[in-house]
Amino acid sequence: MRMKKNELEDIELPLLLDAVFQRYGYDFRNYAKATMLRRVRQFVDKTGYKHISDLIPKILRDPSFFQALVADFSITVTEMFRDPPFYKAIREQVVSLLKTYPFIKIWHAGCATGEEVYAMAILLKEEGLYERSTIFATDINDNALTKAKEGVFSLEHIREYTENYQESAGCHSFSEYYHADQKNMIVNSSLKKNITFANHNLVSDQVFGEMHLILCRNVIIYFNKDLQNRVLQLFHDSLIRGGFLCLGSKETLRFSLIHDQYRTIDGKNKIYQKRVRLKDRQGKQAT
Amino acid sequence: MKYRAIVIGASAGGMHVVSRILAHLPADFKLPVIIVQHLHKTQDGYLIEFYNSNTILPVREAEDKLDIQPSHIYIAPPDYHLLIEQDETLSLSRDEKVNYSRPSIDVLFESAADVYGSELIGVILTGANNDGSHGLKCIMEHGGLTLVQDPETAQFPEMPRSAREYVTVDHVLDVDALGKFLMTVGTALPIVTVEKQAQAGGKGNGKA
Repeated sequence: MRMKKNELEDIELPLLLDAVFQRYGYDFRNYAKATMLRRVRQFVDKTGYKHISDLIPKILRDPSFFQALVADFSITVTEMFRDPPFYKAIREQVVSLLKTYPFIKIWHAGCATGEEVYAMAILLKEEGLYERSTIFATDINDNALTKAKEGVFSLEHIREYTENYQESAGCHSFSEYYHADQKNMIVNSSLKKNITFANHNLVSDQVFGEMHLILCRNVIIYFNKDLQNRVLQLFHDSLIRGGFLCLGSKETLRFSLIHDQYRTIDGKNKIYQKRVRLKDRQGKQAT
Repeated sequence: MKYRAIVIGASAGGMHVVSRILAHLPADFKLPVIIVQHLHKTQDGYLIEFYNSNTILPVREAEDKLDIQPSHIYIAPPDYHLLIEQDETLSLSRDEKVNYSRPSIDVLFESAADVYGSELIGVILTGANNDGSHGLKCIMEHGGLTLVQDPETAQFPEMPRSAREYVTVDHVLDVDALGKFLMTVGTALPIVTVEKQAQAGGKGNGKA
């Protein structure tokens, strides 16, 4: 009896993800399937294997092979001041409220290689908020975190970054924030002072307490609905009342369980504020 | 009805071609149409408006986790890949560009082929690159129907030409013929669930 390739893959993919979970505790089982399948297929091609199930014995016995897989699973495609209108909206609609706090705690969840974390640090500096801010920048990908900590980025995209910065209503010259060698831009160490990079897994790890602002952009788009709700609840529990939650431009709270606890600050740029007076919860979900 | 969805890929010169095809689709058209049109990322919104003004069917931007409805037209947002999930919802991703493109036609076509199998129609229109060729091949390999705009009539022939070289396509047609063909296929009969074909590797013969 013949079975089509994708029918076999429907069996193979959950087996692989189960092996990863049981062996290493990383849980990708509730990631949106179509993109996951695409990434796994690419990994199979790249590593010279034939079928998804061929990866399983190697994954179980070789942690470095697993690390390579995780690196491919977690998104590291990002840029400085990505989506400039978002940063402009933060300046115009959020900064004045943040200024009312004596100190500001920010959690950037899923920070990848850190470009957007440094962008936020620049914004805070220009708005006179950096000195009283602490940024916690987290990701599940250790390789990405190492790169983020270094703050060294290829000059290849410098023109785009500079344009993004200007569009984001940056009020200085972008070149003030880095120096360049032959190939790279090296961000000023003064930007790093109040940033803490750490490994945190949104799927399995716990609350980050008392945040004033949480950024998690283009991360939950990769999760299925259940996992999206779990992670949004985690953010909800980590935010102070009146704190801000920022999602990616195609992500929304609209269909989530915490929706009614937020007011929309900027619908297009997906900036939400947790209500100061929370509404009574009806039909609270167990998960 | 043999088919359950249509996917269309268009690049340079594609806007007016897509709109001419959509203009052929009548109010009782039953299939969902899911479209990747390469665009500059700042052109948000205008495309949807333009298509909406040229067709009777509702056109909207594809949103993450949205249920795919029959008789609706979905357009991939700029700077996101658009994929189809097994439960027939839309899914977006910001993974790296494919064929220098995001959204990429290959990404949409490949995931649609996984979900709809032989009940899918793939259409490649004008464009100046080769995005979509691989995706169209996936559709063919799953037994779906493959259509390509006649490169002779395309403003930018590279993309349809590449698809034709890469895939043994079912039909090569000019734009109006493509519109009429899809109209016929999508309005032909009331929707009936198609039995899973018993014979393995059975290939659709493209007769609607």
